[in-house]
Amino acid sequence: MGADNMKLTLKIWRQKGNKAKGQFQTYQVDNVSTHMSFLEMLDVLNEKLVSDKQEPVAFEHDCREGICGTCSLVINGYPHGPMQGTTTCQLHMRHFNDGDTITIEPWRSAAFPVVKDLVVNRDAFDRIIQSGGFISVNTGQAQDGNAIPIEKEVANEAMDAATCIGCGACVAACPNASAMLFTAAKVSHLAHMPQGEVEAAQRARRMVEQHDAEGFGRCSNITACEAECPKEISVEHIARLNREYLSSSVGGK
Amino acid sequence: MNTWFVRFITSSIGKKVVMALTGLFLISFLIIHLIGNLQLLSGAGGQAFNEYAYFMTHNPLIKATSYGLYASILLHAIQGILLWIKNRQARGSQGYAVKANRTAGASKASYRMGAIGSIILIFLVIHLIQFWYQTHWGSQIETVDYEGWDQPINDLYALVAFTYTNIWMVVFYVVCMIFVGLHLWHGFESAFQTLGLSHEKWTPLVKIVGRVLSVALAAGFAIIPIWMYLNQ
Amino acid sequence: MPLKSNVPPGELGEKWTKYRSSMPLVAPNNKRRLEVIVVGTGLAGGAAAATLGELGYKVKVFTFHDSPRRAHSIAAQGGINAAKNYQNDGDSVYRLFYDTIKGGDYRSREANVHRLAEVSVNIIDQAVAQGVPFAREYGGLLANRSFGGVQVSRTFYARGQTGQQLLLGAYQSLSRQVSLGNVTMYNRHEMVDLVKVDGKARGIIARNLLTGELERHAAHAVVLGTGGYGNVFYLSTNAMNSNVSAAWRTVKRGAFMANPCFTQIHPTCIPVSGEYQSKLTLMSESLRNDGRVWVPKKKEDAIAIREGKKNGRDLSEEERDYYLERRYPAFGNLVPRDVASRAAKTACDEGLGVSPTGLAVYLDFADAIMRYGKSRATTLHEPDASDARIKELGTAVIEEKYGNLFEMYEKITGENPYVMPMKIYPAVHYTMGGLWVDYNLQTNIPGLFATGEANFSDHGANRLGASALMQGLADGYFVLPYTIGTFLADEIRTPMIDPDQKEFMDAEKAVADRISQVLDVKGNQSAESFHRRLGKIMWEYCGMSRSEEGLAKGREDIRRLRQEFYEDVFVPGTADEYNPELEKALRVADFLELGELMMVDAKDRDESCGGHFREEFKTEDGEALRRDEEYTYVSAWEWDDHDPILHKEDLVFENVELKTRSYK
Repeated sequence: MGADNMKLTLKIWRQKGNKAKGQFQTYQVDNVSTHMSFLEMLDVLNEKLVSDKQEPVAFEHDCREGICGTCSLVINGYPHGPMQGTTTCQLHMRHFNDGDTITIEPWRSAAFPVVKDLVVNRDAFDRIIQSGGFISVNTGQAQDGNAIPIEKEVANEAMDAATCIGCGACVAACPNASAMLFTAAKVSHLAHMPQGEVEAAQRARRMVEQHDAEGFGRCSNITACEAECPKEISVEHIARLNREYLSSSVGGK
Repeated sequence: MNTWFVRFITSSIGKKVVMALTGLFLISFLIIHLIGNLQLLSGAGGQAFNEYAYFMTHNPLIKATSYGLYASILLHAIQGILLWIKNRQARGSQGYAVKANRTAGASKASYRMGAIGSIILIFLVIHLIQFWYQTHWGSQIETVDYEGWDQPINDLYALVAFTYTNIWMVVFYVVCMIFVGLHLWHGFESAFQTLGLSHEKWTPLVKIVGRVLSVALAAGFAIIPIWMYLNQ
Repeated sequence: MPLKSNVPPGELGEKWTKYRSSMPLVAPNNKRRLEVIVVGTGLAGGAAAATLGELGYKVKVFTFHDSPRRAHSIAAQGGINAAKNYQNDGDSVYRLFYDTIKGGDYRSREANVHRLAEVSVNIIDQAVAQGVPFAREYGGLLANRSFGGVQVSRTFYARGQTGQQLLLGAYQSLSRQVSLGNVTMYNRHEMVDLVKVDGKARGIIARNLLTGELERHAAHAVVLGTGGYGNVFYLSTNAMNSNVSAAWRTVKRGAFMANPCFTQIHPTCIPVSGEYQSKLTLMSESLRNDGRVWVPKKKEDAIAIREGKKNGRDLSEEERDYYLERRYPAFGNLVPRDVASRAAKTACDEGLGVSPTGLAVYLDFADAIMRYGKSRATTLHEPDASDARIKELGTAVIEEKYGNLFEMYEKITGENPYVMPMKIYPAVHYTMGGLWVDYNLQTNIPGLFATGEANFSDHGANRLGASALMQGLADGYFVLPYTIGTFLADEIRTPMIDPDQKEFMDAEKAVADRISQVLDVKGNQSAESFHRRLGKIMWEYCGMSRSEEGLAKGREDIRRLRQEFYEDVFVPGTADEYNPELEKALRVADFLELGELMMVDAKDRDESCGGHFREEFKTEDGEALRRDEEYTYVSAWEWDDHDPILHKEDLVFENVELKTRSYK
């Protein structure tokens, strides 16, 4: 059974807006229960700040069940906190100890400008998908769903890649701020499916071009992305992307 | 130049492919280099080594290959520096106050490839001035006569042996070889990943080969100065 | 005013085909000149926007999220129904139609539901073509599983992330249209008002959430795919930001809200653990296939468990009450959601709950583990396997089937469900009610359409599992893109709507005033605290069990709370900046009105049906008592602050005979 009176010291990055200079501010939170999620702990802090007529800490979140990809936060140096395969919203306070000091920072990357405090703008991800992360099929053009059998294993591998929630932890974790894992997950997912194979090479080329144009860094296979990915997507998919890209750029037309 | 080629080579993956290909080429050179250098340990006044050095500097095929080697070193270094700059820009001006460096399989050295590479580059410059420059244009180098040769050849062995009488030189070389080992530890498997050569069955083997190779190369090169210092 | 459903004439099975072939069309060259605004980018909104873009309309899409991919459709776990009959188990369009009508306790519109069942097959094809990695059999063909309330296997799924994969399919189609220039995307823009010109929906006022700026956007028609309003209960399985505001703003502009009290309360959620709790997490319905639901027979045992003096695991079989199996022997643990939820509430009301709050029942897999373990031991030729070995084998089987759910449970509660029985409790999950729409998905405001959970149309008083994804995508891909033509065909001579005309300026002014009003209160309580209090009132009086008296009291409490809100709310920051507190306050303000309407609706409906259970209307053994003679109609409410006005749409059942549901 857990305690419900942990005392924590939070060092939180506060920044008014994109142009403003940010700095850390220290807050004390008392009566933290081990059953709280990390975000509920921040809710408690914010509730207190609002009741003191201070501005609450801005952080993004939505589904709070680890699937929408909205929440972020670098917690003690770990994107989504120290527990692997877990989003911040599913991280619970039982993994922290009474008296801990916790440092909370936003995703830091030139391509993810800070909006406010811990909130960053991840539009670049949308633009990468828009550059080719789809199959060109209109509504109504589909043939029967069972017309093309797909090997169970292949569908599984595609699903492993498709499970990406677009949160940006890979970029936050990467010392190069590269979004290769994000880009690769979509390229690899669609390249696995026979329906997506048709455009695979072109898709890889376009998405990499967009990735580069957005100002993300270059992958040097450090694998920090995989280590911090809340969906544990493998860098294997980056190799797949590299293959698709090479065959498109060097081979192909 | 072809536009497709420019587009490819300037893209993030294209740049990495250059790093991978040049890197693998340099590793293959290191293997040859080490095998040759092990002649230094054969004693006998260094005849075997000096004859090997003569062969390496006079065989036209090897000479031609050496230009490829110089180009690779330059390309690898320049591209590496450019990537490093680009990646710093991508990271943004504000760094993390606390950052845990967790990886999924790659070595911690992978975080510092730029820094390690820079150290190796500095080492390389010193190394080349010490031996390569001397071999080609230097004044410190003596010649030596061997039976069966109709002209005297450079006594590179003497130069090497003399260099390693200085304990600090030995330490410097050994330390630098540790960095070379770290660089290869990540570099070898990373090159395969970059080239898309990844496979459930074969990638574990690639990793083992890479690790054995990086330890063997680093240890092999490090043993030479130590052995020569101890046997002076 | 009687409401016209505009259901086309003819045989049920041919209505849609005939109608689709005879409805007015808009020529491609005219489509380019017609603008459509779509609000919301979930399955219903995103799919509609993508398809309208493909058809050639000029589309503007709005989401308050930072990306269209964040819509809450993403969280759906279990699957999507379709009458493919790939399993050859007797499924058909008619059976899916019938199951849905019956599951909805006969409070939905026949023609709409039949159309839904018809297009369900196209959805699967479309999703496969988009690259959705559905689960497959070894032969490479699509796999199916079963869901509650039906006797066939028609649910398609992608692990426990079906909603995510379908949403990403729609998102990718939408992204493609954005890249082609057919659709303009407005992220982080929240619709704060609807603009009507000459009685027709002609645009919206949107707040740019990054800058706080109000923007006027005009179009020939407006489509809402803005989801449900379960968050009126504060605690629900909905995402934190899901809200009613876009829909409610149209209600304030005259749209009717249909059956607002029809709320689905899902029986298998992780129980509330404390006051600070912000949301509830659903555990998939599929768990009830193998888990047995029980509470202690004796109150003393329940109290001891609550106080941590006893462990549920240690109670003997005689000391346990498997109440679902006892009360509903025919369906046992697999009774429909509304029935299972009410039974759990009854048990906890009797003081038999097993969590410290007293609000939880056990979902126990111990028997299933032993059963699977024995069968696995037989397969492995281990006839003499010890109990420990059988448990080990059985645990492996359970892990294969439900591993990700068990893991999620452990992440949240810190308890190992393989060893300790899970604790579950019902939670608000889905709202069957929504904007009233006709067969064309058009609201009573011409030019305003509603799709997906935002409308009321297909699920009656209770939704079956795996049908929400089906309805959202059916509306978005295959219904609205056609039916919107019935309105737009008459608009081809209408020039581009001018967003600077008086109606837009007035609406913008009204929004600015409303924002100032909330900001200027400068009271002492956070919007969040009002929301939490509203949730408690809703749960108490308009939750799983409702009474005339309670609903009257609930309504009064909400009115008082609303008054207090406008006297004492504190919203930090200003209107012209990124201000999540202000966003929340505006949404809570709308919930405070919707909540009242739900009380009114629940009080008006003197019967029990589906998720709506009125204590006054139950059979002798406590089951729901439907009153078909009086209440076979849709309650469509016109908002009025003093007395909302009821408009009725009579439900006509020509193909299905109304029966009492029985699960005994």
